[in-house]
Amino acid sequence: MSAPLPLPPDDLTCRELVEVVTNYLEGALPPAEAAQFEQHIALCAPCHAYVEQVRRTIAASGRLRSAELLPAERTRLVELFHNWRRTDHGTTEPLNH
Amino acid sequence: MTASEQLTNETELIVALRRGEEAAFVLLIDQYHTSLVRIAQLYVPSRAVAEEVAQETWMGVLQGIDRFEGRSSLKTWIFRILTNRARTRGERESRSIPFADLATVTDEPYEGAVDPSAFLPEGHEYAGWWASPPQSWQGAPEERLLAGETREQIAAAIAALPSNQRSVITLRDVEGWSAEEVVTLLGVSDANQRVLLHRARAKVRRELERYLSDEAAEL
Repeated sequence: MSAPLPLPPDDLTCRELVEVVTNYLEGALPPAEAAQFEQHIALCAPCHAYVEQVRRTIAASGRLRSAELLPAERTRLVELFHNWRRTDHGTTEPLNH
Repeated sequence: MTASEQLTNETELIVALRRGEEAAFVLLIDQYHTSLVRIAQLYVPSRAVAEEVAQETWMGVLQGIDRFEGRSSLKTWIFRILTNRARTRGERESRSIPFADLATVTDEPYEGAVDPSAFLPEGHEYAGWWASPPQSWQGAPEERLLAGETREQIAAAIAALPSNQRSVITLRDVEGWSAEEVVTLLGVSDANQRVLLHRARAKVRRELERYLSDEAAEL
């Protein structure tokens, strides 16, 4: 159990804050509520840590993307391209379609 | 890169592709193919089928590039071809279709971003404040966040999400798309996109917290 906070702001509880984190990060909170949010995390270390965790979660999800195209896959797709060029693509198209 | 530079590049890319220049095609597959496969997997039951759908998408791109009029970005156009094909294929393979029932987006049970017992209960002087505050992920767990095993945890957490949440977090946080791009591709409202993203991120964070605290307990 955490010690009661000094002067906890009572317009936005921690439980409410965790539900508006995404709206805050998306810039979708009205300015007054965004200001309350920022005041709260400035005063409340656990909520500050929570928002930091969410940011790290987002960054960690982004690292799943690193998979690069495998050379074998690239070769297969380029073959597909060559087949298309031979069979389907008769004419050189004008530039201004 | 400015938006107009990007546009010029895209116009040049389209022209080169219409001329049948291999380099233009290679640029596109390097940029988008792994994303196409990942997103196709949101709709079809296996990676093998997703790869087929991605390959069909490239055929569709090549066959359609002469008719592409630039009303959307090339990226949006390519991914729309993908989702159309993946959806058709997913129906055939009878996997439930993401966003078929978006009207009921909030019908899924939702107990909150954080376990309610982490907060002081109603009636307490500090009701709604933390009872069990989140632990900081600074320090050793930071390294853990970068480890391969953690990536697997995150991938598993995302895979376990309801399909519409999985679609949104995959596009937003894994692929790094903007909210606007996701709303356009999936045909959801801004508000629903945010609700789905919020729930998805909250669950992934919880899984990560659980994993990191288990790790810490073992040290």
